[in-house]
Amino acid sequence: MIKTVVSAELPVEEHLLIRKNRLEPEELGGKEKRISIVTGTHGDELEGQFVCYEMNRRIRENPKALKGIVDIYPALNPLGIDSITRGVPMFDLDMNRIFPGMEKGPLMETVASQIVADLKGSDVCIDIHASNIFLMEIPQVRISEETADTLVPLAKLLNVDFIWVHASATVLESTLAHSLNDVGVPTLVVEMGVGMRITKRYCEQLVDGIFSLMKELGIWEGPVTPVKEPIVSTDHEVEFINANAAGIFVPAIEHGDLVKKGQHLGDILSPLTGEVEERINAGVDGMVFTRREYPVVYSGSLLARILGGIRK
Amino acid sequence: MREEILYSMKAPYREDIQIKGFAFGKGEKAACIVGAIRGNEYQQLYVCTQLVQALQKLEAKGAIVSNHEILVVPSINSHSMNIGKRFWAVDNTDINRMFPGHSLGETTQRIAAGVFEKIQGYSYGIQLASFYLPGDFIPHVRMMETGYQSASLANLFGLPYVIVRKPRPIDTTTLNYNWQIWNTNAFSVYTAETDEIDEVSARQAVAAILRFLTRMGVIRYNSHSGYIASIVKEDDMTAVRTDAGGIYRRKRNPGDEVHCGDVLAEILHPLDGRVLVQVNAPTDGIIFFAHKKPLVTEHEVVYKIIRRLHE
Repeated sequence: MIKTVVSAELPVEEHLLIRKNRLEPEELGGKEKRISIVTGTHGDELEGQFVCYEMNRRIRENPKALKGIVDIYPALNPLGIDSITRGVPMFDLDMNRIFPGMEKGPLMETVASQIVADLKGSDVCIDIHASNIFLMEIPQVRISEETADTLVPLAKLLNVDFIWVHASATVLESTLAHSLNDVGVPTLVVEMGVGMRITKRYCEQLVDGIFSLMKELGIWEGPVTPVKEPIVSTDHEVEFINANAAGIFVPAIEHGDLVKKGQHLGDILSPLTGEVEERINAGVDGMVFTRREYPVVYSGSLLARILGGIRK
Repeated sequence: MREEILYSMKAPYREDIQIKGFAFGKGEKAACIVGAIRGNEYQQLYVCTQLVQALQKLEAKGAIVSNHEILVVPSINSHSMNIGKRFWAVDNTDINRMFPGHSLGETTQRIAAGVFEKIQGYSYGIQLASFYLPGDFIPHVRMMETGYQSASLANLFGLPYVIVRKPRPIDTTTLNYNWQIWNTNAFSVYTAETDEIDEVSARQAVAAILRFLTRMGVIRYNSHSGYIASIVKEDDMTAVRTDAGGIYRRKRNPGDEVHCGDVLAEILHPLDGRVLVQVNAPTDGIIFFAHKKPLVTEHEVVYKIIRRLHE
């Protein structure tokens, strides 16, 4: 059943509508568990769109196997998705920096508070992101240290390649995931793929994981596929590789490759002079779990992240 | 006046980015004034240019108190301003959400770190800031309650209002917050405008900064005493929101005294022009902020009123 979570009148003959699809068993006993799938907070991240479609499709194909409630929110920022805008158009706001919002605040803060109110009460929430237009990510769950005890066991069911337990940062307290975890909704942040694209195999991998998690929670009784054992890692094992020159980055490795310390990862080139401005090498042995896709770089642009300690 | 390059960076397709500062006087780091950090902060840039003009004249007259240095940084983000973007032109990140920066981090973190290294250590830090809601303010000094703030010092600008507000998590990466954490008394000065130049409030801002520097013993300058500010907590203001979307017809302006029930604005149907709703004042008070754009959405904050305050 399609429900409108937020409706606000736009200036000219249109409403900002945030909608969800609630899928539930025909007969409800009143004690069903509820999982919420949210995505589309950043308008340039589209991987979650296929995940939402595929969740719907698989449940519609086998509705009798559904024993709990599945709420699917494909677009928390529908105006952004529709206009290829990462933030909220008109307000130039990163929507994932205004949670938990304010009931009587400016428009988008009111919207944020209504979203949190609607999600409250879920037994678990999956918040799907797709990096940005610059970087490609392997399927991973990101968890802050303070919530790791609760969330890592749930994240292991999601069929991702990697669970990154990162240090807490005050600024991240304004995210949807932090706000939901704060009000008692265990929320897992998934990052995978790249902005403005759909990587079907990653989406299907995650959907398999979500059904496994649903089975564990008693929401799904249909068949599930075995999930892979993810690597669980902390910040200490992650090497960030940032550009120190400006130009175009041309990688020499594939996303997900295992590399050795000193191995050539790519070059920053000058199209004007034909010179190699910077040669990029790996600082550790490990797996390239983030790789830059967008070629133009400045000093500081992130080129790759390597999860150290993984060898061929 | 000494022109200094505070930070530079190569750009792949454009001239190198150079962030410049103008230093007046020599000696202990007394005051640093920062203008446009976002690409649409034309008024903030303009105020700095006028301040540079004023300080040049004062320096020529020997009016900078000895052993005091003032640094003015008119623009940190001309790279975005030149192409009409508010945030960093490449990845749309906000440099004013990157402080104190990280010299080995992402591009805007590097810019923030490079600039912050040069602008920290001053006794007083003044940022000409802008707000994300589109509209006009009464000129004021704004500060965050970090535990280090001093509203009585903010009063010395002689602007009519000092606004104090609780920082939110997102604020911990702003210049103002980090100045305070690194022991600089930090103030954000808001004039009436952002993406338009308003001469009157620009002159008021320049006068307020010169007044403050005089009172802190940094310059010798005779100016009007200004206001004894009303100190207002932001949470104590009443936000007035719209009940409909449409064409916005503003009736009252920042600084106006209003009474409960007064008509502040009308919202017109976007196609046939009939008045859909009137926006009424929910309280007596002084208008602090007024929405400016021609259109509004439903639930938008169009006014902020300082409750029960009279002219």
